[in-house]
Parts: sequence; structure tokens; C-alpha cells
Amino acid sequence: MIVKSDLKHEVIDFLYHEAKLLDQWKLQEWANLFSENGTYIIPPIGEPEANPLTSMFYIYDDRARLEERAKRLLKKEAHVEYPHSTTLRNYHNIMLNRADDHTIHAECNFTTYRTKREVVDTFLGTASFSLKEIDNQLMIEQKKVVLQLDSLRPQGKISLIL
Amino acid sequence: MREIVKDDIEKNEFLVHRSVFTDKEILAHERAEIFNKCWLFIGHETEVSKPGDYKRKKVGGRNLLLVHSHDGEIRALYNTCPHRGALVCRENEGNSRVFRCFYHAWSFKNDGKLTGMPGRDGFPEDFNDCASKDMKAVQRIESYRGFIFVNFDVNAMSLDEYLAGAKEYIDLAVDQSELGLEVLGGIQQYSVRANWKLLAENSVDLYHGMPTHKTYFDIKHAQDPEIRKVKLEGKGKDLGNGHAVMEYVAPWGRPVAQWTAIWSEELKQDMEEMKKRLVERFGEDRAERIASYNRNIIIFPNLVINDIMAITARTFYPVSPGYLEVSGYSLAPVGEKDNHRLARNNNFLEFLGPGGFATPDDNEALELCQEAYTNNYEVEWNDISKGMVRGEDHVLATDELQMRSFWRQYNKIISSALMEKEATF
Repeated sequence: MIVKSDLKHEVIDFLYHEAKLLDQWKLQEWANLFSENGTYIIPPIGEPEANPLTSMFYIYDDRARLEERAKRLLKKEAHVEYPHSTTLRNYHNIMLNRADDHTIHAECNFTTYRTKREVVDTFLGTASFSLKEIDNQLMIEQKKVVLQLDSLRPQGKISLIL
Repeated sequence: MREIVKDDIEKNEFLVHRSVFTDKEILAHERAEIFNKCWLFIGHETEVSKPGDYKRKKVGGRNLLLVHSHDGEIRALYNTCPHRGALVCRENEGNSRVFRCFYHAWSFKNDGKLTGMPGRDGFPEDFNDCASKDMKAVQRIESYRGFIFVNFDVNAMSLDEYLAGAKEYIDLAVDQSELGLEVLGGIQQYSVRANWKLLAENSVDLYHGMPTHKTYFDIKHAQDPEIRKVKLEGKGKDLGNGHAVMEYVAPWGRPVAQWTAIWSEELKQDMEEMKKRLVERFGEDRAERIASYNRNIIIFPNLVINDIMAITARTFYPVSPGYLEVSGYSLAPVGEKDNHRLARNNNFLEFLGPGGFATPDDNEALELCQEAYTNNYEVEWNDISKGMVRGEDHVLATDELQMRSFWRQYNKIISSALMEKEATF
């Protein structure tokens, strides 16, 4: 189903807002964008449709764990991100699809740069969002990040929220 | 003579010279004397369970092809064409009877035998009678309880002898399943901008657990306040040939047979039954160890098997003194129930791997060591003495015997290489 132009603008603004919150390290606010059953997942590289019982995901967060992730990264003892790295997220090629009256699927390519201690790492991939309008507010049901990389080298880790 | 380790039992002091983390000459000795001569983990039998299954593996800096040949043997072929050298197999994994090099279209059976090439009439009739045009296999490949190792030294001792005391601890991990362990999909290929020996140390270092991973323990304590009462008590042990282990009480749930408060009642009953079954199989003491104790094992030089809140095996190799590549595996019992597997994988993801709540902080610690080794000219020695005052037979898991065991073996090998080199000048 085609998404009407005004809603399309609303969704794109919402995605840019989501990326901005992460770049600004407003991580609790980021977690608040998720609905009460919201999930955040990163499947293994090269296996975007992997089964979480038979393959190791990088991240498979339910609502509680994605909140823990946000809180952890704001602590001084989250050593890998203390002091905070500098990040810049770009969303491109945004495509929208309305699955039914309640759910909108948004897919985009992303480029996320992270710099710390004068080393820049680049993360490339596609992000799919399932969004729901709840009380006239868009909420994230699922954010799925599919890395388009050969491996996590030389980045070495996914310490950021991608 | 250049000294890289000072092992002073009288003074209870153990020092490692920091040049071993930055020196390119040392790395060359490590490649020649350690990675070319020790047994190196290549993978697990369940990764190539069917005839024709293959997986590309980088081991000891080589490009290998682990393959289950149709004659039933598991081989490690050097993934290079005997003709001009091109990489023969370019897919990361799959199932095939034949590998074909695309450059001149030479074809090989999955046991490495050359089966054909275009323009056969341009070669003598007895071409390859000596088998030198077959894909070459690593001569020494041996396995222990599903873990496959290769050795590039044809004269090396057997894997069984090499593993020495480590076998007992591999057994404790494997024995938790009656059907054996299997490797899960999604092997994690990552890296650390640090020297490889720092990861070997870190993997058997319980002393760093609380300070480095406070945020992880904060989360566990919030899930179950009782966990706070559990002290990380246990023992460190030298297992011979540079291998070592720390074995200690598990404050968290182990999907072997130790329940934790955030798991369901159904899981609780299952864990109790599994524990009973372990007691039947192994008796009370060994069942208790398998169910409720963690083991972090270092198998010299570059395999770590951590049987903790989940089972991970990681192997690593230095690309340069300051950069290592890691392959991280997750292992789980064959035939494990779905809800157990889910609990296990959640355990894994929460702590381990490049997206976990702990592993990235380890990477950071290692990278900060490496970064500050720019001061090596003036600040020369690392201290690894903790627990020596207790005597090496009485050390705690939070002491540093595990690392000393690694370094003592390392020192034996590298010091004699350095000595030989000095003698030739």
C-alpha cells in the first residue's frame, strides 16, 4: 500500500529524529521511542533471516534489554564508550510501505561513522523499522539492523547503538 | 642476553617485558616458533558434518579449506592452486564434490586430487603422477572431542599429548551434553587493535571481572539481588604446555543445570532434572562441577574455551604486533530444547561478543594497554605477580597463575629463539 505524502514526511522526520538522538547520546530518549514490546536486533553478518535459536545474533534485545543497553552506555563504567565517541549517522534511500492500518515498514540504507582516539570506523548496512501509531505518536515495534559488511574488521565491536 | 620474562619465586615477582607487545622481530619469532609449531584450533566437527561440507578458515596466517571429503576424512587443504597459486575456493562455506580454480579452470576433488584441466594434451602423460599438482593438505590434523586442530610442524607431538591437562577441562564442557556439542551459525569475526597475547591474558583473568565489567554485574544484580552474595571464588591451575584454567563459582544461570531467578519455573524443573541426570552419569562431585562452576580455559597459544554463562570458543591471530583478528564461536548441546537454547543465547548475547555488555569493554582495555605501550622505552615491565605469595599450588581464581603459565611456556619458546639468534651473530 502506498504511503501518503504527509505521512511519509512524518515518518522520515521520525527516522531522522531517531538518528539524531543517538548522535546526541540521548539514549534514554531513544529507548522511549520503542513501544512496550519493542525489539532491537542485529542478525549475524550475511544471514539477515537467521534463526536466533540456531545462529548467534550480535544483538537480540527485547524492550527491557534495549533499555539496559541505553542506560549502560550512559555510565562512566561503560569503558568502551567513556569518554563518549563522536558519531554521525546518515539515513539514505528511505522506502516506506504500509502493511496494514496500524503498521508502517520503513527501510533505509545507513552509514554510521564513529570516531574515538583518532580512529574512524564506518558501519554500513540497512535498517528496517516497523512503526506503529499509538495515541497519534509513532512508536518503534522493531528496529532491525542488517550489517552490509564482510566481518566486524577493523571495527572490532558494536559498542554503539546502530 | 635479552630478557623478556623475570620469574622471581623468592621475591614473589613475575614481570613481562612490554617490548613483546610491540616488537616486529618478536612477532617474527612467534610466527616461526609458536604459530608454525603449536597445535592451532581450526574448527569443530559439526561445522562440516556431511560429506562435501566445507568452510574456509584462516589459521596461523594461512588460507585453509576445512573439508569433509567424500572418502569420509576431514582435511585441511591449503586453499591455493598448485598451478599458479590463486585462491581456489572463494565461497566462505558450502557443500561440493569439486573445487575449481577459475584462473585456468583446474579442477580438484574434495580430497584435493587434481581431476582435470583444459588442454591436457599440452602436459606430459605422467603429469601429476607424483601428486604434486594436487591441492596440498596440512599433514597434521587431529581432533579431541569434536575440536579439530592443525599443526604445520610434521614432527610435532600428538594433539593428545600436547593438550595435556587441558583435556580434563574440555571433557567437563563436552560432558554437559549426552549428544555432544555443536557450533551455532553466525561465527563472530571481529578484531582488536591490540597485541594477541593481551587477549590470551584477558580471557583467563578473573581479577579484571568486577572493575572492567561493573555495568554487566549491575544488570545481573538488578535481575536477581541474590547474585550479589555470590563471590567469584575458585582456583587457578596450570595444565601443562602453557595451558591453564580458572574454575570458579557461577553467580549467573548456566543452562547446563543451574537455574537463575529471571528464568521460568518450567526451566527450574528442567534444570533440576538435568542435574539429577548428571549425578547419575558422573556422581555428585563431578555433576556439581559441570552444572555450577565456570571454567575459562586457555589452550596455548591462541584458543580460549570459556564454559561460563554459555560456551564460547575464540581463536585469534596477530596480523601485526598491534592488531589481532578473532573468530568467536558459540557452542551448545546437540538437541537442546528451544527454551533452553533461548536462555543460553540470551546469556551469551548479554555478556559476550562484539555487541554484548562486556566484550567491548575488554577490547577497550586491551586497546588502551596497546596505546600506552608508546611509553615502553621508559616504563618497561608488566606485573603479573598476583597470588605468588600464596604459593603456586594455592592460588585463587582471581590470582594470575593462569597468565603466568602462559608466559612461562611463551618465555621458554621465545627466549631460546632469541638465544639462537644471538649465537649466530
